[in-house]
Amino acid sequence: MNKEIYLDNNATTKIDDEVLSAMLPYLKENYANPSSMYDSAKISARAIEKARKQVANLFNVENEKTILFTSCATESANTAIKGVVEQFATNENNHIITTQVEHPCVLSVYQNLEKKGINATYLGVNENGELNIDNLLSKITPNTILLSVMHANNETGAIYPVYEIAKEAKKINKNIKIFVDGVQAAGKIPIELEGSEIDFYSVSGHKFHAPKGVGALYVKKGNLFEPMLLGGHQENSLRAGTQNTPYIVALGKASELALKYMDYEQSEVKRLRDKLEEGILSSLGNAKLNSKSTLRVPNTTNIGFEYIEGELILLYLNDLKIYASSGSACTSGSLDPSHVLRAQKVPFTSLHGSIRFSLSRYTTEEEIDYAIKSVVEVIKKLAKISPFQRELKELGL
Amino acid sequence: MWEYSDKVKDHFKNPRNVGSIENADAVGEAGALSCGDKLKLYLKIENGIIKDAKFQTFGCGSAVAASSVLTQMLIGKTLEEARKITNKQIADELDGLPPEKMHCSVMGREALEDALKNYLKDDYKEFEVEENEKSSPIVCHCFGIGEKEIIEAIKNNGAKTFDDVSKITSAGLACGRCRADIESLIKQYSKPSEKEKLNPVQKILKINNIIETIIAPELQKDFGDIELINVEGNNVVVKLKGHCSTCQNAKLTLKNFVETKLKELVDEEINVVDENE
Repeated sequence: MNKEIYLDNNATTKIDDEVLSAMLPYLKENYANPSSMYDSAKISARAIEKARKQVANLFNVENEKTILFTSCATESANTAIKGVVEQFATNENNHIITTQVEHPCVLSVYQNLEKKGINATYLGVNENGELNIDNLLSKITPNTILLSVMHANNETGAIYPVYEIAKEAKKINKNIKIFVDGVQAAGKIPIELEGSEIDFYSVSGHKFHAPKGVGALYVKKGNLFEPMLLGGHQENSLRAGTQNTPYIVALGKASELALKYMDYEQSEVKRLRDKLEEGILSSLGNAKLNSKSTLRVPNTTNIGFEYIEGELILLYLNDLKIYASSGSACTSGSLDPSHVLRAQKVPFTSLHGSIRFSLSRYTTEEEIDYAIKSVVEVIKKLAKISPFQRELKELGL
Repeated sequence: MWEYSDKVKDHFKNPRNVGSIENADAVGEAGALSCGDKLKLYLKIENGIIKDAKFQTFGCGSAVAASSVLTQMLIGKTLEEARKITNKQIADELDGLPPEKMHCSVMGREALEDALKNYLKDDYKEFEVEENEKSSPIVCHCFGIGEKEIIEAIKNNGAKTFDDVSKITSAGLACGRCRADIESLIKQYSKPSEKEKLNPVQKILKINNIIETIIAPELQKDFGDIELINVEGNNVVVKLKGHCSTCQNAKLTLKNFVETKLKELVDEEINVVDENE
């Protein structure tokens, strides 16, 4: 196949043509600063407010004033977490709760806060990558100021019951603030923030067909937090800095399209994902499913190949123009393999050979058929290089 | 992703000499499955000359490339020539490796060393130390960085931590196995910091608490575990359990992780040993 087969949509996505068309005028003729007084500036300001409404629709919230635009999800997460801690931390015994499987952009913030004297609890997951909700709730104390759980995991696609967690947590301690990293949920599953107990929710544009460099943060009405960027009065003085009109417009359009394709995502993308998953698992005795959570986003599968290393698999797939990603130590630049797969105790026989395939609405049946065939060929070829010949033979390779 | 040279790409896409040799005269191994890379090297030796070499590798692209090119370098060499091959020569033969991947060439050299030791047994002499190494033994094998350069970084540039030394000299940036050695150099050559004074009972309690709450949970993630057996002055005796007890890198875990943590949190002088040592 001459075409590139892009199965790494949890890393980033292609910009939708409609999104690009929507943002282009704001890069060219409508370049005015949205904070200025003249008529052309009003065009920019109105475009931003329209985008705010579109994102609010994606989040299913009535009040679009709850949406802040940021530069990326990392900024959104940092703003929410540090903002809450600065606002609510007392002199001692401040406690935060999160999970071991959060994205590094959240985990690093907590690790940093720990150095500054905040106590943090990192909850583990079971072998399917699922959280024990009762255990989570039991960790809440009167000193807990923040609870943060991701909506969907980037590596395995596991969905966490964030609405239920938020509701139950507030029953135990009504002052607790709830932050949800929604980066891998946006565009894949419906988001229902209206009436929920979630206080902060972050997304990133480039994970659902907007460009890189724009994100959003939902802040439930009535929540105070210390802003991270100070300066002008933009975004209600909660995020200073001249608004990035073209990218905000793009995020708005991408949100509108995400809602339009939501059914397609749940049916067709899921069907193709399942086909890929079953095709690989049924053809290779050393292929083990890592995405075992009962609840899962429709586009993601993570499969571990025993006795074969992940980077090597990616390099061979790359040669066939099939792009996926790996949680193996060798690709990340660190010596540790994926913290997510380790948290769910994936056996080390397949841990280092785990590959994530993530589809999008652009993925076609033809591509999936070719990907299945290619993955099977590559694994069979690489099995010949492995020093674990006896073990692989027992698995039929 | 990494920028691999064309030669590295060629070797992992078309690896030479893949497989095993039946009745090999020497077999050498390096790495472990749990650590993400393992290399098995087979040699056929006749009259002190390597007639054939084959390999099997579980590892990334550069690990396969390093193994592949190593077998090519070995065939036709005498044992004396073979044992002089350094990891840097393996990397150079591949037109270089990305810094983070230099440990792949080290793994090749280790497997070769293991094979030669298995073959020559008592006759195996340690690699001859080059003249310039005598005054400054190599600490970071990935990049061939000597003790002298590291001491200069500590004394002249004020490096106080392992990371500081890495930033200045690049030592330890690849596999990090030299961490313990670099940290002991820091201890030796920089001004010691003041630690809180603990009485012996407080010290034991603190060590036990750190092992149970910080160290054991980390090892459990990798299917291992640890138990505190005894504390005699600054000597901390532990027992590695589960997967850790059989891991080839157990000693590294003890020194690089357990000892480093206890040094950081309790006392710079702490020395961790396995109960079997």
